[in-house]
Order: sequence, then C-alpha cells, then structure tokens
Amino acid sequence: MRLRLSFTTVALYGVLALLALGYLLPAYLTIITALKLPADISLPQSWQLPPTLNYASFTDAFTLLRPNIVNSVILTVSATLLSTVLGSLNGYVFSKWKFPGSELIFTLFLFGMFIPYQVILIPLFQTLRAMNLYGGLPGLILAHVVYGLPITTLIFRNFYAQIPDALMESASLDGAGFFRTYTRIIFPLSIPGFVVTSLWQFTQIWNEFLWGICLTRHTSYPITVGLAQLAGGQAVSWNLPMAGSILAALPVLLIYIVLGRYFIRGLLAGSVKE
Amino acid sequence: MRNQDRIKAVLTLSPSIILIGLFVYGFIGNTFWISLTDWGGVAALAVNPVKNYAGFTNYIDLFTGFLGGGFRQDLVNAVYYSVMLLAGAIGVGMFLAVMLDSKPKGEAFFRTVFLYPMSLSFIVSGTIWRWMLSPQGGVNILPEYAGLQPFTFRWLSSTGSILEFNWQNLLEIAIYLVSAVLLIIGLRLFAKTPRQSLLWLIPGIALGLFAWLGGEMLPKALFMEETHGFNKATFGIILATIWQYSGYTMALYLAGFTGISQDLRDAAMLDGATTASYYRHIALPMVKPITISAVIILSHISLKMFDLIFAMTGPDNGQTGHPALNMYLTTFRANDFARGAAIAIILFLIAGTFIIPYLVSSYRQRRGKP
Repeated sequence: MRLRLSFTTVALYGVLALLALGYLLPAYLTIITALKLPADISLPQSWQLPPTLNYASFTDAFTLLRPNIVNSVILTVSATLLSTVLGSLNGYVFSKWKFPGSELIFTLFLFGMFIPYQVILIPLFQTLRAMNLYGGLPGLILAHVVYGLPITTLIFRNFYAQIPDALMESASLDGAGFFRTYTRIIFPLSIPGFVVTSLWQFTQIWNEFLWGICLTRHTSYPITVGLAQLAGGQAVSWNLPMAGSILAALPVLLIYIVLGRYFIRGLLAGSVKE
Repeated sequence: MRNQDRIKAVLTLSPSIILIGLFVYGFIGNTFWISLTDWGGVAALAVNPVKNYAGFTNYIDLFTGFLGGGFRQDLVNAVYYSVMLLAGAIGVGMFLAVMLDSKPKGEAFFRTVFLYPMSLSFIVSGTIWRWMLSPQGGVNILPEYAGLQPFTFRWLSSTGSILEFNWQNLLEIAIYLVSAVLLIIGLRLFAKTPRQSLLWLIPGIALGLFAWLGGEMLPKALFMEETHGFNKATFGIILATIWQYSGYTMALYLAGFTGISQDLRDAAMLDGATTASYYRHIALPMVKPITISAVIILSHISLKMFDLIFAMTGPDNGQTGHPALNMYLTTFRANDFARGAAIAIILFLIAGTFIIPYLVSSYRQRRGKP
C-alpha cells in the first residue's frame, strides 16, 4: 500500500514537472531569442542559450514601439477607469435597487459580453466616422468603455450581492438616500471589487487587437497593432519581435504574477455563475 | 423619499442602458440591415454611400456562390477549431485541475505556470508560437534532445486536409447530424423513461433512413463538387490556443472542486471510492455548471480567433482562414461592406445558438431566487 502510494506521488510530481516545463518552453524560447545577436539566431540552434548576450534588441524594440506603448497606456488607463466606475454604479443599482424588469435588463447587458465583435464593427466604424472620432484614441476609448460595461457591471453586481441588505436598511433608517448610501457605505466596501474589475479591464484592453487595427490610424495604433507590424512580414530577424513580445507582455504578466489572486477572481467572474 | 431614490437608481442606470441599447442591439440590427444591401465597391467609403436593398443575395452567394469557396472553407475551419479547442482545453484543463486538487507541494507555483499564458495577448502568443512552430526549429527539433528523429510536420504551412466532405451534400450531412442528436438523446432517456425516449428515437431513425435512402434526391447546395475538410495547417493554431486556454479551464475546475465539501470527499473515500471514481461519479457531475460555462466561453473565443491567426499565419493565408478574419478582409480591405456584414451576422448567429439558451437559463435561475 505504502509503495503504491509513493508510486502515485512520484508519478504525479513527474507529470506535473513535465507539463510545467512544456508550458514554460515558449517563454524560455522567447527570452533566449530576444537576448541573441541576429547572427546567432538560426533554426537548428533555436533552443541553445545565447553565445553572447545582446540587450540591444530590447532598446531597439522599445524605440520602435514607444509611440504604441504611450497610446496603449493612455487608452488602457482611461478606458479602465471609466468602465470600472460606471460598472460599479450599475452593479449597485442591479443588486441593491432592483426594480421591475431589472433582471431582464441585466441579462440584456450580459449579452453584450458574448457577441463576436465583428457583428458591431461596421456600424461602430461608421458611427465613429460620423462623430469625427474615427482614427484617434477617444473613439477607441469610447468603444472599450461601452463594450466593457457588461463585464464590469457583472463583477460589481455579484460583489455587491454579498453585502448584507441589513446594512442598506440601516442606512435608509438613518435617512441616507441613493447616492449617500453609495458614497458612505457601498463605495468604501468596494475596494476589492475595484481591484478585480480594473485589473480585468486593464488586461483585456491592453491585449485587444481587432478595434485597434480597424478603428485607429497609424499614429494612434495601440501596442498590439505595433507588435503585429513589427513581427509581420516574412524576412524578420526574430530577436526584435521576441523582445517586442516581452515588452508588450510585461505589464499584464506583472499584474498576473503580483496580483494573481485578483486576476483569477476576475476570470472566474467572467463565467456568469455566482 | 424611497420613491425618489428609485427614480435616481433608474436614472443612474439610464446612460448605460442607452449605450448598450444603441451600441449592442442597435448596431446588430444595423449590421443585419447592411447585410441585406449591396453596399460596397469604389464609393463605399463616401460620406453617403449608395446602398440598395438586395435581399438575401449576400448570404446565398456565401453559401452557394461560385466565389464563396474561401468563406465556406473558413466556416469549416471554424467548426473544427471549436471542436478541437473545446476537447483540448477542457480535457487538459480538467486533467491539470484533478492533479492540483490533490494539493501537491508547490501547488501555487504550478497553478501560476499553467495559467500565465492566459494573461498574454493573442498577438504576443501568436508571434511566439510562429517562431516555436517553424518547420526546421522550435518544437520540431525538440525530439533531437531526447535522441530521437526530429518531427517534420509543417505546422503552419501544410496544404493537405483530412476528414473531407463534399459541400454539395450539405443538406444530407445536416439531416444526419440532426438524426444523430435525436438518437443520442433518445438512447440516454431509454433507461429511465422508455416511452418518452421513443419520441426522440423514432424521428431520429426516420430522418436517418430518409437521408440514407433519399440523400441522392436532396437538392445540391452547390452546382459543382467542392470538398472541404480539416486543414492540417490549423493544427499549430489549435495547439497554441490550447496552450493559452487550458489553464483557464483548469482555474474554473479548481474553483469548482474546492467548492465541494471535504466531508463529502471523506464520506466517499470511506465508502471505498477510489480517487478515479470519486472524480467520475461525484466531483465531475457536481461541477457540470462549470463545464457548461467553459464550453460557452471557449466557443466564444474560438469564434473570434482573429488576432491569433493574424499573428501566426498572417491575414491572407487561405489554409488557416476563419470567418472572423474573412469578415475583416472583406470589409476593410475589399470595401465590400454588405458581404462583410453578412459574414458577421453568420458568426453572430452561430454564437447566439450557444449563448442565448445559456443566458435565458441563467436569467430564469436568478428570477427563481427570492
């Protein structure tokens, strides 16, 4: 019995280690390729450590991608902030101020989260052109705020559902109205909700590509579009795209590694079930 | 006071209601309208482009037209992508979750490693995997380190396909599929309620027989023979997607397993259940809602594989095409807005068949709660 137990334990750790290795291989390959001199990069030697370390790819990639990184920072911070604040207010209404039909409206909101965005792309493109917002960051921010509302509302609604109604009642006995209850009671309790939602929105918006390429002009391209251009084409020397990938991945990877707990909560919230 | 607050609540919500109403529902309606016109061509980007009502021409062209072959292959690709991604990501994710559920040492480390790909953008993972899957490097030469022959599979540039079928027989295939679904439901019900199961079994058998005997007489979907199959070049893209999303299903299942009480597990073990039978008969049935969520979210992802394919094989690769990509090219490169809108509506309808029942049932569930 003891022997069998230890055998399963060994097998478990063996399989886990092997799988972990497999999941990390792409990261390893990216890092070593980014650190190689272009002349040292060849297909048969792709797994070997760089013979001489070359950090220049990172500075080169950063110079090329800097305008895109600046665009993405502006886009991501403002769209995250706006959609999170709106989501918090919506979630407050949907969980604490239910009215006839509010569940139906909430479900209709959620639908917006699951549509393939191609289905709204042409009218969105036309509307932004008509509003003179096509091509720049404000239009992109508007799109991210609007289509971010379903998920931010969902996370906050589920978050506020855990706040006991007794708190609401005592607030109302004290004479606090709709907004005062929000600012005095709900908002101070919402910090974890804000962390989860804004982390989720940050990663989603930072990683988004379709709208970036369809709704902006060259000068407003976000980081994903910049990277796709840097890596596109046939005759690429692979050190630059790999260094660029690392730069584009760094903000979201840092969030994931440092604040992983909150990231996972956002991820679980996306699956609707409470 | 209370009433005034209710009004304030509705007013707070109203900007979002208007935005969602317009940007989601209004825009979907508008895209549908565009898909019924002939908007396209040289002057498509004029301030007031000419749009004439054209009925369902765009849809008919896409499914049965001479030039729609590319789209039809994309659609077939999307179906195979979805099936493979669902099987792969759910299978691997469940396996990882079961292993980590036994709380090995370093569980947090392993969880982080399996989940990190999920935080990356598809453009990043696509760029990395394009390099990983180069024909004479990356994954293909890994076996050499174990003293074996290298792989020679051309992950992203193969041209063959497997599981081919003739698009002409689309109607016949559809009838077979419906019949198979009816038979499966019927057989599952048979043990419990034999009489009710006949309601499923008889139409299933009838449809199957009809397609088998009368399939030749059914109208052909196309005037010429056109085979479509599972393009081998899409294997690489599926592999990359599974790498990226299996950690996600793992996280979902882990959360579900953790929610099952330890008492239940102990009781099952006392009754002599092995680990395997505990998961098979107790844990997995209990996390069925999670499986449903995973199916919904993964099929949603597989329908918008735009970015990953764009980064891995480029937008113009016919072998690895996808309707989401085709829509972009048709609309923004070829300026054929009406055709692009029709493709978008088809994607939307496919997504809707998964999502609408899901949302309706979650709505009913919420309303059922006091």
